[in-house]
Amino acid sequence: MKPPPLATLPNPVRPAFAPEGEGGPVIVNIGPSHPATHGTVQIIAALDGERVVRTDVHAGYLHRGFEKECESHTWHNLIPYVDRLNYVSALINDFAYCDAVEQLMGVTITPRCRYLRTLLSEYSRLVDHLTCIAAGLMELGAMTAFLYLVMVRDYMYEHLANLTGARVTYTYGRIGGLARDLPADWLTRLADILDKYEVFVARVHGLIDRNRIFIDRMRDVGVISTADALHWGYTGPILRSTGAVLDLRRDTPYLAYAELDFEVPVGIKGDNYDRYYVRMREMDESVHMIRQLMEMLPAGPINVDDHRCTFPDKQLVYTEIESLINHFKLVMDGPAVPAGEIYVAHESPNGELGFYLVSTGGGVPYKVHVRAPSFVHMGGVHKMLEGYQLADIVPTFGSVNMIGGECDR
Amino acid sequence: MPTALETLAEALAVDGRPARIEHGLLIVEVAPDAVAMTAARLAAELAFDLLLDVTAIDWPERPLRFDVVWHFYSTQRRLRVRLKTAVPERAAAVPSLTTLYGSAAFMERECHDMYGIGFVGNDDLRPILLYEGFVGHPLRKDYPKEREQPLVPYRTP
Amino acid sequence: MTADVRGDPIAHAGGRSAAFEYLTTKKDELVGWARKFSLFPYPFVTACCAMEFMAVSSSPYDTDRFGAALPRFSPRQADLLMVVGTVTHKQAPVLRRVYEQMCEPKWVMAFGVCATSGGFYRNYAAVQGIDRVIPVDIYVPGCPPRPEMVIDGIMRLQGMIARSKHPIVTDTF
Ligand code: SF4
Repeated sequence: MKPPPLATLPNPVRPAFAPEGEGGPVIVNIGPSHPATHGTVQIIAALDGERVVRTDVHAGYLHRGFEKECESHTWHNLIPYVDRLNYVSALINDFAYCDAVEQLMGVTITPRCRYLRTLLSEYSRLVDHLTCIAAGLMELGAMTAFLYLVMVRDYMYEHLANLTGARVTYTYGRIGGLARDLPADWLTRLADILDKYEVFVARVHGLIDRNRIFIDRMRDVGVISTADALHWGYTGPILRSTGAVLDLRRDTPYLAYAELDFEVPVGIKGDNYDRYYVRMREMDESVHMIRQLMEMLPAGPINVDDHRCTFPDKQLVYTEIESLINHFKLVMDGPAVPAGEIYVAHESPNGELGFYLVSTGGGVPYKVHVRAPSFVHMGGVHKMLEGYQLADIVPTFGSVNMIGGECDR
Repeated sequence: MPTALETLAEALAVDGRPARIEHGLLIVEVAPDAVAMTAARLAAELAFDLLLDVTAIDWPERPLRFDVVWHFYSTQRRLRVRLKTAVPERAAAVPSLTTLYGSAAFMERECHDMYGIGFVGNDDLRPILLYEGFVGHPLRKDYPKEREQPLVPYRTP
Repeated sequence: MTADVRGDPIAHAGGRSAAFEYLTTKKDELVGWARKFSLFPYPFVTACCAMEFMAVSSSPYDTDRFGAALPRFSPRQADLLMVVGTVTHKQAPVLRRVYEQMCEPKWVMAFGVCATSGGFYRNYAAVQGIDRVIPVDIYVPGCPPRPEMVIDGIMRLQGMIARSKHPIVTDTF
């Protein structure tokens, strides 16, 4: 079949402003498939010379109907979908979602599960920040640093694949526990990788931190104040880079964070450089936390003993009628979640990741809504872009770390 | 000694009834015309400086078909509040909070996309997650999950 | 090649002599061999599969070994369109436009099940496989596919390129 001519392709968006003709600002379209913006976002910018005077940000190019999809899956079956929200740190999504469902059901997870989830959350945060910084640096041309960081990240991916069976999308959380316990020697290898991480990150610090080009591109670019950041709904590293000491892990502790010793790194100016550095420091804190958790990890079961949500042992399913029925019910009907509503927020690498669940009782959710930090950040990103140069869009956008999956859902 | 949450529940009483506390979160249910005032109080008096989320719930069999839901967070008190109101399908409109919180702009656009709720005062309700030309509101319960509206006609493979 | 290649082969195409057949086969082999090792991918990166794309193209897996490492971010300079991740209906016109802008000869790889068939997104938003919008040469399933699988896909595509005809003049040009 001959393709229809290009001119008939419809434009999926309507820009907020049109060219004004001779003498007016120049309108430049960036994205949604642009090499220097990671993620599918479209920025329509009005330029005065090289200076950006106005921007119109369009998200939604990756809207995959997550919330609609949830309404036709059981509470368990939508865990793979939850994974693909923020696919860079899928485990944190998993645990936040499971936590919300568990609280709605009134289930308390076992101590081993609680510590393990905390450990894996921090591990995921490492992966996320590594990816964000690596991609941001590559966009500025720092290929060596990119390769170093991706190397470390790949050790972690393989290591997590050893535990969960997948490199990126783990589907490891379960309502009331986890999919499986740690394999033998997993923690030994973890200690190894953390040592490797330190070597590589020290090299990146050496290459980047005081690099003239890097500082010129990042310092005093994309500045945002604390008041503005709150007004536009920023949370997470971006809010902390403005100097606000706000971190849900410390302010409203969940999982095992109350028992850990860690600092909340903050920036001074709220510019790109601060955001880079806050992330770098947060990774160090995560490593520090993981090391503590490796010591604290108690023995014991990883799943709660609650037939409403935990699958019975496979051996019992084959030999015992009650377990068989229980298994069947959990698969076909889903776990029985009492009617009610809940909002649970975890500190994801990008900010507050909230799950708002509505249940009418039964195995299928009535509504699942995600408060995705990236989406809210996209609503305020024009504050950081306007007034700077066209070329500054790249590092600023990189430091905001928009993740398509969670932004557009 | 009442907890911080209970004190706040008293402060946010509607018609003399204190706000409900559920799963560690305060729930304030108001009529649509009281939304703007309550939100203004939350923002100005009670130091709820972050608007976290705007969404809606569709109950097709209720006369007041939609619940519109806001979540607020106070970075000083470290508490969350959920503000809820119910609107009928015919007059599915609530006031926009864009003057109080900038972040409301995008979230209201999303809610408008998904449920068709109008936000009076937000004059930029162009589609954000959906695209120009999309008919209907996919998260309404009566929108069939698999109804596609392709922009590029499918070719025969 | 020692044979005398003077004269315009196309002018003689009506003749179809044995010598001509031999030469065109040899020419196809030569051009195919050259083309298969000089793939310039255009990464049309949208979603989670991008994480694996990053891994594939950087040091641990290194597609440079197969001559397919240098991404060209202008579709006009690329000949392999890698569609990495979910394509939604909102994105489809963009994908189509990028495809149309690429010069012949061009190949398309569907990277991940979302690009292949829509994956587990069966709803109003996701395109049920990019082959509904543009033609596809090779599908790499997996959610996301492991890097080894992507490399396997690239090698199979190279095999296909090596075996196919490489006419100097096509009907669109
Ligand atoms: S195939 Fe899987 S990993 Fe790849 S984009 Fe689709 S959902 Fe994401």
